[in-house]
Amino acid sequence: MLSRTADQIYWTARYVERAEFLARILEATLRLSSLPSNYGGAGTEWDSAVLTSGCASAFYKAHPYADEHNVREFLAFSPDNPSSIRNCLAIARTNARAVRTALTVEMWDALNGAWLELRQFDSKKMGREDFARFLDWVKNVSLTFDGSAYRTMLRNDAYWFSRLGVGIERADNTARILDVKYHVLLPETEQVGGSLDYFQWTTILREVSAHTAYHWVYRQSVQPWLVADLLILNRQMPRSLAASYDTIVRHLDLIADAYGRRGPSQRQARAMLDKLAAAKIDGIFQSGLHEFITDFLRDNSRVGATIAEQYLI
Amino acid sequence: MAAFDEMGLGNGAVRPAYRALKAWLDSAPSELLDLRRSQAEHFFRRVGITFAVYGDTQDTERLIPFDIIPRIITAGEWAILRKGLEQRVNALNAFLRDVYGPRECIRAGIIPAELVDRNPFYRVEMIGRKVPHDIYVHISGIDIVRVDADTFYVLEDNARTPSGVSYMLENREVMMRLFPELFAEHRIAPVDNYPDALLATLRSVAPEAGRRNPNVVLLTPGQYNSAFYEHSFLADKLGVELVEGSDLYVRDDVVYMRTTEGPQRVDVIYRRIDDDFLDPLTFRPDSALGVPGLMNAYLAGNVTLANAVGTGVCDDKAVYSYMPEIVKFFSGEEPILKNVPTWRCREPEALSYVLDHLPELVVKEVNGSGGYGMLVGPHATQQQIQSFRKKLKHDPAGFIAQPTLALSTCPTFAASGIAPRHVDLRPFVLSGADGIRCVPGGLTRVALKEGSLVVNSSQGGGTKDTWVLDA
Repeated sequence: MLSRTADQIYWTARYVERAEFLARILEATLRLSSLPSNYGGAGTEWDSAVLTSGCASAFYKAHPYADEHNVREFLAFSPDNPSSIRNCLAIARTNARAVRTALTVEMWDALNGAWLELRQFDSKKMGREDFARFLDWVKNVSLTFDGSAYRTMLRNDAYWFSRLGVGIERADNTARILDVKYHVLLPETEQVGGSLDYFQWTTILREVSAHTAYHWVYRQSVQPWLVADLLILNRQMPRSLAASYDTIVRHLDLIADAYGRRGPSQRQARAMLDKLAAAKIDGIFQSGLHEFITDFLRDNSRVGATIAEQYLI
Repeated sequence: MAAFDEMGLGNGAVRPAYRALKAWLDSAPSELLDLRRSQAEHFFRRVGITFAVYGDTQDTERLIPFDIIPRIITAGEWAILRKGLEQRVNALNAFLRDVYGPRECIRAGIIPAELVDRNPFYRVEMIGRKVPHDIYVHISGIDIVRVDADTFYVLEDNARTPSGVSYMLENREVMMRLFPELFAEHRIAPVDNYPDALLATLRSVAPEAGRRNPNVVLLTPGQYNSAFYEHSFLADKLGVELVEGSDLYVRDDVVYMRTTEGPQRVDVIYRRIDDDFLDPLTFRPDSALGVPGLMNAYLAGNVTLANAVGTGVCDDKAVYSYMPEIVKFFSGEEPILKNVPTWRCREPEALSYVLDHLPELVVKEVNGSGGYGMLVGPHATQQQIQSFRKKLKHDPAGFIAQPTLALSTCPTFAASGIAPRHVDLRPFVLSGADGIRCVPGGLTRVALKEGSLVVNSSQGGGTKDTWVLDA
């Protein structure tokens, strides 16, 4: 297939995934901020949402401080934030439009329909309830798009590149949450914050929609190191780093088999997965959770760049 | 001047081809028709059939209004049109071969040399060059208007990159979904084999020394082009890659496309970008849409461009005025399809007649298209007429004039109910190495404003499904 087509499919998938991720962050933050102040973590939850979204420098250039109003506006609707939910969906739709013939009608419908409906949401008049409905709607768009891809696409390179987009973006998003929140997962903070941190931990779980999954996997109350284990190493948990790399490696291998040629992206991704498979959460804590996450973010974007070099340009 | 209504509205007698449709329209409850109209609009919006209007910043994607009342052409009428179209397109190809080759028609005095040589679309790069299979115009859209029961005129020839065929196909698709009962009652010639015919045509013109399985691509300027929807629709139906200039590159006079599996050779390019933008090394150096070196590959005979470079000469309205003679010169036959009588303002006698009769004439720029830059005398204000008078005196050769034709009308949904509106017809004619293909019908465009004669979508025109009834 055309490199540009593959590139646009890949980015369409990434932007839809990113829109959903932003919706989850906003949803979890709203929940956290509505708790009485001594449960919520000192009113810094909106700063934390901005940091997690990865657009802190643009945000603080436009706003002196973070509060519900301006973070909601910036992350969800702002035309000035290239990664606002609105822009993510618009860019995804623009990309999809350019490669419409490579997508199924259902996938196009999901994005084009979303783009048409998006105009109806007026952020100026939006109360909390309407905003919550908007976030639900965003998650639904992503589910519909992803579900359409899964159920209707031919299993060929177009599908595999879309899965790579989802994998790389998910790995990046989950790692960002950990990057911002790692300190509340460290063992010593338990003494500092005590059980008040429980709400921070559950917020993290909600951001990756794993609040229920946690209990099924570990069958015990929420413990910070297990939250880290779930998000980093658990291959059953769809948004964990390890599961993301399962996806990336599998689809890179399918592409390599179909094209009859392996390259640097296959090798790099396999090395990432091997590292995650061999790691134990204790070891990660011992050698430094923050360093681990920082390295991961760097390596993940390097894999993304290698995929682009090998196939997309 | 009462226009000829194709259904026969206004003079009491419904024409036979329209009887069943008229009966159905009379019996269908108005709520049902309203529902079907909104379903049609919903369908078009959902599948994303939109077009962009240049200079319109508010809403860059708009729907072309679709009217659910079909336009009907009988088998007998189509048979004549079909023969006339084939004759005309063969003549266009012969004419282009000639003006880039021996120039016999110029030497024979059929057409003045300066109309060719000074034509902005005449490409000196093509002089003395051979194009694959000697075909220049592979895809053409010949605009036809009708003035009475027996008279069809060619209004203009579109030999560059005519658009609209996706509407022909999608209009039919929508009609078949919404009105299955009408399709059961009529024997309507299908149009959905158009993409197949187009692909066969494109494959037939691959370079002679080419490969057994030629790689055909469709070259688009990109998604901000007004016809992008059509480009992507056609690429999908053809099963060929939709490429942008940056997807292609030329090495050693061979065109390749960049794919995830490395470079892949390209044999035939159905290009939907204008000559000017094809190759920044030959034409406009500022073009970011084209492919550097493409012209060299083309002139080396390693790739076929459809349509060929330089076909725009035929779109010129002054050249158009010579088409009857051109047809006769190359085919030795009388033209089956007539031209609209045309005054060439470059000729002093014609100019003085035109200047004296501006309020009753239609004046067009010889290189205009899309309904821009024209004067419709009877509908113009004094001021517009004065300003055209100045333009005409300043540059007579830049204009032609025609009588204001009473274009035929077809019943159409209007705010006031069903009312006659003027229509034209754009059939799409394909010329391959193995002959002419033309699916029955074409795109019917309708001027939605009462009395308006301008059917262009950029000027508020709409479209209709076009039925050619099988005898």
